[in-house]
Amino acid sequence: MNYESLALFKLYLITAPILFVIGIYAIMITRNIISVIIGLEIMTKGVTILLAAAGFFNGRPQMVEPLIITMIVVEVVILMISAGYIINIAKKHNSLSVENIKNIKG
Amino acid sequence: MSVHILLLSLTVICAAFAVVRTRVIRAAIMLASISILVTITLFVLKTPLAAIFELSVCAGLITVIFISVISLTNPLTKEERSEERENMFKKFLLLPVIIIVCGVSFYMLTKGINFIPVSGPEAVEVSDKAELWHLRQIDLIGQIIIILTGVFGVAVLFKDNKDDKK
Repeated sequence: MNYESLALFKLYLITAPILFVIGIYAIMITRNIISVIIGLEIMTKGVTILLAAAGFFNGRPQMVEPLIITMIVVEVVILMISAGYIINIAKKHNSLSVENIKNIKG
Repeated sequence: MSVHILLLSLTVICAAFAVVRTRVIRAAIMLASISILVTITLFVLKTPLAAIFELSVCAGLITVIFISVISLTNPLTKEERSEERENMFKKFLLLPVIIIVCGVSFYMLTKGINFIPVSGPEAVEVSDKAELWHLRQIDLIGQIIIILTGVFGVAVLFKDNKDDKK
């Protein structure tokens, strides 16, 4: 690994956690359920970039490809299930606030 | 080098905008643009198969799901939105500070680490197709199980509750 690629890898290593932190911040601050899911998506984007960079700078990009694909599949399934929850909560409470989840009983 | 810097900086800016937006539909569109930027990054990092997945699934399918969910729910009124915007700007004042502190601290943490890969056993050169279908069969089984779980979850969640109609 030469000096330039090392510097580039460090750049990826700094950017990916920044994306992760932006996602966590969004989840912590907002009360809207859809915004919470958007924060979660941003977090996974950071992880995707870090995985791809690790494979590329290690010289084995084909190793990380299946991992990224698996992560995308998991991401979609999480989104689908949360979409179902969001629609149900919105129908029942007529609001998208996270506070509504606390009132669920039974 | 400049392409990498441009792509990564644009991704961070789009992410910050997606978080700050009060209208969720605009946030969903910003998320789609993040996905497109990540796709280009993946192409640059020589993972084309993952890039195509990212583009078709994350930028396409996920955006469609988001927009359909948003259209199924009631939008906020003008008063509610202005109130939320005021509260949000107060809360998001800290975001740039946190990003800068986070970036500097990660840089300081990674400064002392030696990133040169340890020379282990020689990696066997295999094609992407062979890697996915032959060496990662457990991953594929896991993916199928996850997809079936998702289908089951959606079927249960979207089912109309008979008690609600009464």
